[in-house]
Amino acid sequence: MSATQHPKPADAATLTGAEVVLRALKEQGVEVIFGYPGGAVLPIYDALFQQNAIRHILVRHEQAAVHAAEGYARSTGRVGCVLVTSGPGATNAVTGLVDALMDSIPVVCLTGQVPTHLIGNDAFQEADTTGITRPATKHNYLVKRSEDLARVVHEAFYVAKSGRPGPVVIDLPKDILINKAPYTEAPTEAHRSYRPVTEPDAGAIRRAVALLKGAKRPVIYAGGGVINAGPEASRLLRDFAKLTGFPVTNTLMGLGAFPADDPQFLGMLGMHGTYEANLVMHGCDVMLNLGARFDDRVTGKLSHFAPHSKKIHADIDPSSINKNVKVDVPIVGDAGAVLAALLACWQADETPQDKPAITEWWRQIDAWRAKDCLRYRQEGKIIKPQHAVKRLYEITRETGRETFITTEVGQHQMWAAQYFGFQQPNRWMTSGGLGTMGYGLPAATGVQIAHPDALVIDIAGEASILMNIQEMGTLAQYRLPVKIFILNNEYMGMVRQWQELLHGGRYSESYSAALPDFVKLAESFHAVGMRVTDASDLDRAIREMIAIDKPVIADIAVDPKENCFPMIPSGAAHNEMILGPGQEGGVAGVTDEGKVLV
Amino acid sequence: MQRTATIAVLVENEAGILARVVGLFSGRGYNIDSLTVAPVDEERRLSRITVVTSGTEMVIEQIKAQLDRLVPVHKVSDLTREGPHLSRELALIKVVGAGDARIEALRLAEAFRARVVDATTESFVFEMTGNADKLDAFIALMRPLGLAEVCRTGAVAIVRGPRGLHA
Ligand SMILES: Cc1cc2nc3c(=O)[nH]c(=O)nc-3n(C[C@H](O)[C@H](O)[C@H](O)COP(=O)(O)OP(=O)(O)OC[C@H]3O[C@@H](n4cnc5c(N)ncnc54)[C@H](O)[C@@H]3O)c2cc1C
Ligand SMILES: Cc1ncc(C[n+]2csc(CCOP(=O)(O)OP(=O)(O)O)c2C)c(N)n1
Ligand SMILES: [Mg+2]
Repeated sequence: MSATQHPKPADAATLTGAEVVLRALKEQGVEVIFGYPGGAVLPIYDALFQQNAIRHILVRHEQAAVHAAEGYARSTGRVGCVLVTSGPGATNAVTGLVDALMDSIPVVCLTGQVPTHLIGNDAFQEADTTGITRPATKHNYLVKRSEDLARVVHEAFYVAKSGRPGPVVIDLPKDILINKAPYTEAPTEAHRSYRPVTEPDAGAIRRAVALLKGAKRPVIYAGGGVINAGPEASRLLRDFAKLTGFPVTNTLMGLGAFPADDPQFLGMLGMHGTYEANLVMHGCDVMLNLGARFDDRVTGKLSHFAPHSKKIHADIDPSSINKNVKVDVPIVGDAGAVLAALLACWQADETPQDKPAITEWWRQIDAWRAKDCLRYRQEGKIIKPQHAVKRLYEITRETGRETFITTEVGQHQMWAAQYFGFQQPNRWMTSGGLGTMGYGLPAATGVQIAHPDALVIDIAGEASILMNIQEMGTLAQYRLPVKIFILNNEYMGMVRQWQELLHGGRYSESYSAALPDFVKLAESFHAVGMRVTDASDLDRAIREMIAIDKPVIADIAVDPKENCFPMIPSGAAHNEMILGPGQEGGVAGVTDEGKVLV
Repeated sequence: MQRTATIAVLVENEAGILARVVGLFSGRGYNIDSLTVAPVDEERRLSRITVVTSGTEMVIEQIKAQLDRLVPVHKVSDLTREGPHLSRELALIKVVGAGDARIEALRLAEAFRARVVDATTESFVFEMTGNADKLDAFIALMRPLGLAEVCRTGAVAIVRGPRGLHA
């Protein structure tokens, strides 16, 4: 904290605390805030009422406020902002905060609190918000002195967006909001203790280039950190891939960092990644990890992970490096800065590449690709979920409209990742780390607020969508034409798939019984509903959905028995993938050791 | 291979900082062998935490990186890796007894340079400073002689020589 910077006497306490908060938000460039009122934050709502600079979007549940802010943040590269009341308002927001923490999304969440003199007394709607959210945030603050208020708001934005981004909570006791407080501008000097490293070490870059130049079977494994680093980093990634000729794979969080239709793209890797991406990871001799965190969904069995490779890992957070996987060349820095340095160093270095080896590597990769692991058969009336996503992709692409996709969590999420191609960063929002069902609809709300003219589609499951279905009200109120594309398989499909493969087909509680009539549900929320049950009707329905300038729920009845492949069962290695029916793959049984894994 | 590490952490002296550090250890399943904290620089509002922990090399590196990414943390230093360092802990040790055992306790206390800070006809409180091993050894010797109560501060530690730990 900056004790050195004394508050400038500027407007010595002519504003209320609530007004100071709004002024600081404005100075931080906040245009939209997602929130829900309550007693403890009424002073802020009162101040909001009396100004026009910041637009408030009233959600229907505080969890949704955070997801909406995440969608807003991920699709714009800006900090998402949330306002909730004390007690239940704050506790409802916790799932969203952890979601943003796991996926490194910059969010600032203002929570109301009981007045300072009541803290600790079990006052009405009191919760120990800073205690509860300490492990749910990158950092949090409880403001107990009016003179700290402006500084804390500015600092919160700095912390949320710098280094590895994440959620920050500011807990605001009601008396602090009502009392007069001095305003101070955002400090220009560096933070006292938090100064993340963004520029990579030159020696590490040279060691990386030396390894990469000598690579015979290289791979670039790029993750969410490249998205966090901004669109320029994705451009540099493309340049680097072109320069080196290396294959590129993306994590779930990294999709869009490299164009899906680029011939050097292998698709997603990991548990539901492509055959070629996983075998390339398994067989590589040099791996360049850019802003990915060796998640267990990606590495599979650690002792068998890329066993013959030298690993380079560039990450802005030193704690991500050598956490799960020991690497040979650690590079701490921003993915964009690292890529720029790698490009410059590569070009300055005269060592030739082993071109024949790389050509041979691509021959091998093409053979793996020929397996066509995402092949499926759409025959007859019953819609294959893969086909539904593929047609959604192709048709939206034909329209040429700027398209953003969000998802819920489950099989549909994986099919979206596999069959929807992302050519640019920031077009894909999904809950990767926490895997929060109910993320997609509020996230889409946030995206649509940020991009009013774009096509925003939540690819959903019939179970997940019910977890934040109340946000249909938000869509209606703000006339947000979000499209909800439900792959309705009448099951918690991902759960059913694990039960089929791991638990002897005992489908315990995974059937989606007593579903609502989604058409009527849409209509009751002033939206348009449609149901599609016949494959021959799919294209027409998608076109119609896209053309409607209102929120739409498209309830697509898909094959309830379909499983998501390829799949690396928990605890198995990359070369032990299970492929879809009719394709031979590895024959990993699930070990007992694997069964305990999530 | 497990090792023990003595880690010094310079932090902002602010509400909740200890909860952040302790929460980090419990939340991520790291060991705390001992932990001490006190303000060390009033003017700059800095406190120093000394934490003794153990784990594999990879885990200890993780612990340091995780501590370092806490926003109010200024500096993390692995004293065990920094070279020679001094580690001291203070203990108050109550021994209750009479006769030979009492005399033997006093004799051993002298040998260990433990000070008598309280005495009654049937008890002593010894104050002892030293590294953890020395305290362990003395406490073990007191056990058969009427050891009644022990309290220890946990280690504080500093690197030898002119080099200092700065924010
Ligand atoms: C049902 C389900 C199935 C899943 N299956 C898969 C799967 O098959 N494959 C898969 O990949 N994932 C899968 N996931 C997602 C998975 O759980 C992880 O969320 C994901 O793999 C993490 O992506 P990432 O490694 O890119 O890291 P992220 O979570 O995006 O983390 C980003 C990393 O980059 C760093 N970073 C941040 N900013 C910067 C910057 N500016 N510069 C440099 N570094 C930066 C961060 O410190 C962090 O280490 C699945 C999730 C669910 C819910
Ligand atoms: C909040 C929450 N609760 C439970 C889970 C565990 N879970 C993961 S996928 C899933 C089923 C999702 O079903 P649906 O939305 O219909 O998607 P499908 O897999 O059928 O495509 C469940 C229950 C979760 N990820 N999030
Ligand atoms: Mg389903």
